[in-house]
Amino acid sequence: MKIELPQVGESVTEGIIGKWLVAVGDKVEKYDPIVEVVTDKVAMELPSPVSGTLREIIALEGETIPMGGIIADIESENEEATPTNAKENQPDLEAHSKPGKEIGTTGILLKDVAPVGPTGSGGIIDSTSSQGDRDRKTRIIYSPAVMRLAEIHDVNLEMVTGSGRNGRVTKKDLQNFIDSEKTPVDSKNVDRDDKKSANTDSVPTENTYPNVLGNNEEKITLSPVRKIIASNMVKSATLIPQAWSLVEVDVNGLVELRNKVKDDFQKREKVNLTYLPFVLKAVSESLKEIPLLNSSWNEDSIILKHQINLGIAVAAPDGLVVPVIENADALSISGLAHKLDDLTTRAREGKLTVSDVQSGTFTVNNTGALGSIASQPLVNYPQAGIITTEAIVKRPVVVNDAIAIRSIMNICLSFDHRIIDGEQASGFNRSVKDRLESINLNTQIY
Amino acid sequence: MTIKTVLEAVHDAMQEEMRRDETVFVMGEDIGARGGVFLATEGFLQEFGENRVIDTPLAESSIAGVALGAAMHGMRPIAEIEFGDFIWPTINQIVGEAAKVRYGTKGKLNAPMVLRAPHGGGVRGALYHSQSVEAFFAHTPGLKVVTPSTPYDAKGLLKSAIRDDDPVIFLEHKRTYRLVRGEVPDDEYTLPIGKADLKREGSDVTIITYGLMLHHCLEAAETVEMDDIDVEVLDLRTVRPLDTDAILATTRKTGKVLIVHEDNKALGIGAEVSAIISENAFEYLDGPVARLAGPEIPAMPFAPPLEDMYMIDSEKIANSIRQLAEY
Amino acid sequence: MAEQTSDHENGAFERAVRAAADSGITKPTISESSSTNQESSKTRLSNKKAPDSPDLLSMYRRMVLCRTLDERIWMLNRQGKAAIMASSQGHEAGQIGSVEALQKGYDQFYIYYRDLAVLLELGLTPTEIIKGFVAKEGEPLSGARQFPTHGAHPEYGIINLSNVVATHIPQGVGAALSAKMKGENRVVIIYFGDGASSAGDCHEAMNFAAIHKLPVIFFCENNKYAISVPLKNQMAVGSVASRAEGYGMPGIEVDGCDIIAVYEATFEAAQRARSGQGPSLIEAQVERYLPHTSDDDDSIYRSQEEIEEAKKRDPLKMLKDLLYSSEVLDEEQEELINKDARQIVNEATEEAEDAPYPETDDFFKHVVGDSSV
Repeated sequence: MKIELPQVGESVTEGIIGKWLVAVGDKVEKYDPIVEVVTDKVAMELPSPVSGTLREIIALEGETIPMGGIIADIESENEEATPTNAKENQPDLEAHSKPGKEIGTTGILLKDVAPVGPTGSGGIIDSTSSQGDRDRKTRIIYSPAVMRLAEIHDVNLEMVTGSGRNGRVTKKDLQNFIDSEKTPVDSKNVDRDDKKSANTDSVPTENTYPNVLGNNEEKITLSPVRKIIASNMVKSATLIPQAWSLVEVDVNGLVELRNKVKDDFQKREKVNLTYLPFVLKAVSESLKEIPLLNSSWNEDSIILKHQINLGIAVAAPDGLVVPVIENADALSISGLAHKLDDLTTRAREGKLTVSDVQSGTFTVNNTGALGSIASQPLVNYPQAGIITTEAIVKRPVVVNDAIAIRSIMNICLSFDHRIIDGEQASGFNRSVKDRLESINLNTQIY
Repeated sequence: MTIKTVLEAVHDAMQEEMRRDETVFVMGEDIGARGGVFLATEGFLQEFGENRVIDTPLAESSIAGVALGAAMHGMRPIAEIEFGDFIWPTINQIVGEAAKVRYGTKGKLNAPMVLRAPHGGGVRGALYHSQSVEAFFAHTPGLKVVTPSTPYDAKGLLKSAIRDDDPVIFLEHKRTYRLVRGEVPDDEYTLPIGKADLKREGSDVTIITYGLMLHHCLEAAETVEMDDIDVEVLDLRTVRPLDTDAILATTRKTGKVLIVHEDNKALGIGAEVSAIISENAFEYLDGPVARLAGPEIPAMPFAPPLEDMYMIDSEKIANSIRQLAEY
Repeated sequence: MAEQTSDHENGAFERAVRAAADSGITKPTISESSSTNQESSKTRLSNKKAPDSPDLLSMYRRMVLCRTLDERIWMLNRQGKAAIMASSQGHEAGQIGSVEALQKGYDQFYIYYRDLAVLLELGLTPTEIIKGFVAKEGEPLSGARQFPTHGAHPEYGIINLSNVVATHIPQGVGAALSAKMKGENRVVIIYFGDGASSAGDCHEAMNFAAIHKLPVIFFCENNKYAISVPLKNQMAVGSVASRAEGYGMPGIEVDGCDIIAVYEATFEAAQRARSGQGPSLIEAQVERYLPHTSDDDDSIYRSQEEIEEAKKRDPLKMLKDLLYSSEVLDEEQEELINKDARQIVNEATEEAEDAPYPETDDFFKHVVGDSSV
């Protein structure tokens, strides 16, 4: 029986095969996990749909497989052993595309879901695994039109994320890339330059280097998560013209409140009360006030999201993951603290599920936890904005014409300038700032 | 503007040209008192008399051969072959003779004749009332082959065909005759042979088609709008000479081309269009040139499910568009 | 054009006399009764007892010229200079006699590949004809694009489009349809062989012409062979002309080696055509003395005895005997005629061979018209 990569998640189109948990010849029971599959930013374990013996592994570790693509062959207990046709099983372009066609919604709607698709990469990443050659054959196919355009506009195609079949870079992808490079950003030139360098940094593919390594160089194989991060960062940097804004927030009241209640809270709730739930609350309310920040760009329109689902950037062992708190605006600070604790714990343990990372509409990144006092985040594509909370530092500031020592925290906002102008962005920052500054000992945490 | 059917447009074009030019006449089987089996020449016998409306014997080779002779001597015959399926006996006179008149006499003679034939399937016509015949003639230098899809095009192109100084094969799709209606100007107009027409503008995928299929393609283009695929539709209108400029222009624009025709695929019009594209616009291609065409069986079967299987519809076209768009 | 028609017969005689005079072969010996009217001229042609008419002598000269030219082209082929040749030897009387009965420059002549004498009669010069065989610049029918003798010369009314036997028959009928529709008094004569009479196009064309009473003369040059296939394998009936009845038109069998008989039959058919009575089918029994073409070897399928027998009916010899017996021609004059023909053909050969091949500049021209799309 051919085992297909099942369709998971409304807009997920493909997964990267992780570690195989069973070997050829092993017996598997129905629902036994057989392979790790990485979609978006989580690993999931694929349960076997049948009981039987693993006859062949078709999709190898590191390969990108469309949903519906065949990944393995299991001789089920009720099945006569039939010789498999190796060629037929080859996960080539055809094999990948056919199941997609039958499913209909994945491949066919690929362009449609492009603005919300969390993965859809693979094309830009050249595997360094032992399957590298085969991958190149099936993935890195540039059409004449793409090569011509790339030459005219002097584009390194490695920088372009493909939305075509098997992640192929389509002419439209490249045109979008070129157009986004050309988009006038007025006074945000600094921003643009930074973005460019971010691009380069986030796509450390071997192809940008000579094939032969120098004596003092070492090649690090990309993990599946690294690939997805790279892909998403490139998407963000290439497809979204971003601008950036920073405001200082006086969080003296917040610090006082937290210091006062955190120990009790810990005892009662068995979770830490960090600053982050307060920030999440403030951000949720500000998003309600200025809903344009809670949206996605869609070619010729803007999709407003009525749910406020906050993504929280978490540094997991394998790399960055962004679990999501759905309907964050409906939770109290306490509720947010619980949710946050659950998600970050599971993220660090690698136990997030697909549903944990889906459907984010806006992202919060607590870069302050790492000591940063100002950062310029990349918008989590295809969202419209990302906000960071920086380290809280005591600073001398002028209060009522007198110098005072206050707890100050910077918040930084990167936003999709196609959707949001400076005015709304500043309004949003001001709104978050006002909410945080108004926190005092009387603020309810339940 | 008046709403007309393709059949009315064909009728009007011939009638107007016969009124305008005394050298124009019609000949063919059943075109006199019967007015043609499809009624394309209804009322012609009464208006123009039997000298200019000639009911011929049931002998297609001589219909073509006699028309050719008359054309070489100052007349502009419009010869009707009752069904495209009956056109094969004319191949010798048309492909072997008419196409070579001008070249073989180094321009001393020419043959301003039109050979009209209803063709195409989807009308429960089975093997011998459904055939597509355009590719056979389109292969031949010296001929022009016109395959209109709308009343407006049919009238303007037929008038041009009648006035053309070379043999023109004018193939009217039977299914368009009464099913396709469209605006036709009340005033005199002609349309140039050899010029394709952009029936729909789009940016993602181009469909190149002609004849009945145009209408299915336009329908499919609307269907895939929901998939966010923006389809451009080029109606060739003439399959010889092909409008190379228009084919290349739309290819360069979208980079993805789907060719759709009812005629079977192998060595058909699509093959030539595809070759023109790869020879001249290779570096603009963003995907393989795709063809959706009739199957490789000798002709269209009779039973409804078999005929449906043969015919291309908007659903099949929409699927092909999606596949190409996805590539 | 109507004028031409009304004084047709005088015209034919006058042209014959003039041609003889212009040729310079000999001084025309115009008889005292040369101021002819329609009746007398016809009588004289019909009356073999009175063969002193100047046109017969002129016709003889033209037959000699055609035969000399034919023999020369055959030799050019054997020298490797002419790619292909279908000889008309044995067909001359049928061709010259029929053209003589029609109006050059007005009637249409749909000919086939074995009609060398028709070309000469209608105005092509020996030089132009040889240029066709050696494919040189100045070939007037197709610019040397086509096989020799093929193409068209609209001013002379010559159309010889195709090598595909019988395809021209419906086309000739179409030309006649055009003439009828335009109210012209033009006749279309369509020459074809016994082989072509078997083709479906021949049947379809005759049927169409008869239905519409078109001014057509179907002129079958029956030489009894279609390449190698003899008549008995070509048709079950005794003659092609017998089929005419089935179409509803007259069928006339005529000795194609007897120039006068051919003239008369054609003239009558032309009259019938011009007066709206429709087509006729003339079957001229001619001979073929040489193989089908220069590429054929007739010894495989035809005995030498049969050919020798056929040569007894050589149309040149038949007319010469008549002219001798009528004392219009003597040995001295005959030698002069032969010598003049050789000289004309020699000069023509030289001129044609010296001519350049056509330029390739217009290789792509005339595929379709410039004015049309």
